[in-house]
Amino acid sequence: MRPLDENETTVVFEKIFKFVGNNLKNIVENPSHEGPEPEAGRYCFRLQRNRVFYVSESLVKRATNISRKNLVSLGTCIGKYTHAGSFHLTIMSLNLLAANAKHKVWLKPTSEMSFLYGNHVLKGGLGRITDSIVPGDGVVVFSMSDVPLGFGIAAKSTQDCRKLDPNGIVVLHQADIGEYLRDEDEL
Amino acid sequence: MVLTRSKKRVAKSQTPPLKRAEKPQALALKRKAEKPQALALKKGGAKSQKTPPLKKQKKEVVVEEDPSEDDDEEVSDDAAASTDVESDDGEEEGLGSSGFFSDDDGEENDDDGEELLGDDFLEGSGDEEEHSDSGSGSDSDSDEGDIEKESKLIDEEEAKEEEDAKAELLDFNKEAGDDAFRLPTEEELEEEARGPPDLPLLQSRIKEIVRALSNFSVLRPNGASRKDCVEQLKSDIASYYGYNSFLIGALFELFPPVELMELVEAFEKQRPTSIRTNTLKVNLTRRRDLADVLLNRGVNLDPLSKWSKVGLVVYDSQVPIGATPEYLSGFYMLQGASSFLPVMALAPQENERIVDVAAAPGGKTTYVAALMKNTGLIFANEMKLPKVLGEKSVDRVLLDAPCSGTGVISKDESVKVSKSLEEIKKFAHLQKQLLLAAIDMVDATSKTGGFIVYSTCSLMVAENEAVIDYALKKRSVQLVKTGLDFGQDGFVRFREHRFHPSLNKTKRFYPHVHNMDGFFVAKLKKMSNMKQASEDDDEALGTVDEADVPSDDDEAEAMEEMEKPKKTKESKEGLAKSKESKKGKKSKSKKGEDPPKIKKQRKNRTEMRMEISQAREEKRKAMREKSKEKQ
Repeated sequence: MRPLDENETTVVFEKIFKFVGNNLKNIVENPSHEGPEPEAGRYCFRLQRNRVFYVSESLVKRATNISRKNLVSLGTCIGKYTHAGSFHLTIMSLNLLAANAKHKVWLKPTSEMSFLYGNHVLKGGLGRITDSIVPGDGVVVFSMSDVPLGFGIAAKSTQDCRKLDPNGIVVLHQADIGEYLRDEDEL
Repeated sequence: MVLTRSKKRVAKSQTPPLKRAEKPQALALKRKAEKPQALALKKGGAKSQKTPPLKKQKKEVVVEEDPSEDDDEEVSDDAAASTDVESDDGEEEGLGSSGFFSDDDGEENDDDGEELLGDDFLEGSGDEEEHSDSGSGSDSDSDEGDIEKESKLIDEEEAKEEEDAKAELLDFNKEAGDDAFRLPTEEELEEEARGPPDLPLLQSRIKEIVRALSNFSVLRPNGASRKDCVEQLKSDIASYYGYNSFLIGALFELFPPVELMELVEAFEKQRPTSIRTNTLKVNLTRRRDLADVLLNRGVNLDPLSKWSKVGLVVYDSQVPIGATPEYLSGFYMLQGASSFLPVMALAPQENERIVDVAAAPGGKTTYVAALMKNTGLIFANEMKLPKVLGEKSVDRVLLDAPCSGTGVISKDESVKVSKSLEEIKKFAHLQKQLLLAAIDMVDATSKTGGFIVYSTCSLMVAENEAVIDYALKKRSVQLVKTGLDFGQDGFVRFREHRFHPSLNKTKRFYPHVHNMDGFFVAKLKKMSNMKQASEDDDEALGTVDEADVPSDDDEAEAMEEMEKPKKTKESKEGLAKSKESKKGKKSKSKKGEDPPKIKKQRKNRTEMRMEISQAREEKRKAMREKSKEKQ
């Protein structure tokens, strides 16, 4: 386990920034009550094998003793580095993103399951959508009861969405909670 | 009424065969005259009276009697018939059977059949009060004197009936025992073994033996000892339900036969699916909210029990319960009810350090995390426990030990055939080691903690009470109440074992009593960090470690090794000589190495270790500071 170096940090932050914008500050400086110390520590990012973890300091301190081959996971895994060297956010970062998301989309109950199977969000399934979405923004997908379902990349701006026909793609699917069942081995 | 009477008749027919020998024959002759059919049957019946099984007799008699009479009076007729029968000597088959068919005539016929009542037969077609011998005469007559005679006869008959009734009862019990159940002979067993197992036969035999065993002095089958019955029952259960002989024997030692049957039946069925709500998820913190949402989806559920606030039991569901969006969002977890128990016993507090020694698949670990409200530290371990944690570093430990799984047969049927005594012993050994390691990890002086919860999903005493007893002897720990107010107490003594009396604070759970998987939970409190004076076994365990020490470069491991001698320093010095001599002896017998050499090594090692430990601690402090600077 090691801390992220410069390049890696920039890459990770960029990805997160697409979803949370300025709330990135919140994420990085969130006081953490995990760990047995009474005072709150900070959160940090660590790289273990090819996974990036978002973990509080106190846990990190204790985990340094565990040998690399024995340590499986600590804190929350937010993403993976592929063989090619690019970084992807995984579904396990959903809670973190959802809490700080700038762009949100709400799905109608009928199209929830479709999104959970890995399909893109169509205009016909859209319940609500926040304003000021630009194509290429990160969007977090919620159900009508405010349960986060996943996230993706916006394909159209909010204005364009209104003009779109019902089968047009609004959000390109990146990750959804159905992956916990479908891709259990890969997470 | 009918039945008893018929039985009575049957018994009676058997007990004094001599008396009735003539009558049946006479009957037969008379019957011949009257009704050929009846005759034929009767003959057979007569012949069979003396020797054949009662049932056959009954049947034959009944058949014979029927054609003779056309009336349909039943109960009353039977009553009369029985009285008639009583008066007659041969109240046997004919009477019983006729009573069964409940014809006055039938009864009379019985009487006739019993004795030379050809007259009665012809005459007593409608009289209910006819008596066989004397009755025949009185039947035909309608004089007053006859009435008096009849009343006398009735009295006599009643008296006879009472006597016969008593005799019958005894006979019936014997006969019923014989008839209903008799241990199969070797030949029968061979025959059974040849073909596929005859399931209904096995089942009936199982039931019979269990019934006999429950009241053995009265119901014992002829000539069979209790041991034979038990052996037969074991093999029957094994072949009917599919267990191997070891497991059945082990279960037999734990439960009486009736309870064993309930247990085995309970193992055949699944326990109800249960889920645990995740109190950490902000949206649905309360069980009721989650229940509402799931009900909307079409899941039929109920709160689990009054002892759990987070458990729900699922009866059936239109959607797969493991694939709802709520599950995927982490609002609940599929978890067996019995798995709630060790975590509830552990009662982790916020901001504590907890280790879950056998964490996979993580249901209990996440429950612990939920109870701690996302504070503190959880070390979830699976497979080999790394020594990095050192000792006295943890507040509580949850050890849900790997076990033989005899309590969860309803989930995994292969356990029925795959477990043997060696496997149980292996598990017990592993569990003892794990428990000692877990105890050593806990800090006895922790302000809020100092507890170890040991649990298994097995029913075997060797894996449960015996392991706890071992720990009580080896470490300064005490059993405390688990905090679970239901469940059966653990055994304090079992066959030849005598455990520490506090073992009754442990809890056992059974599928047939509590409707959850078989489970065992024990909560230990560590009283002090001293390891106890019984260090021979520590040494025995320690030999393995010490052999590894020189070759191992891992700081943490070495530190643990060094800590061990540190703690036991005082006692070690005191006992050093005796220990070493013992060691020497052991090594002699085992390896045949030079005893003095080993003794020397031991002495040097302890001293060296202390020095090394200090050096390494300093190194570690330096490293920590470095890493802090980095961060």
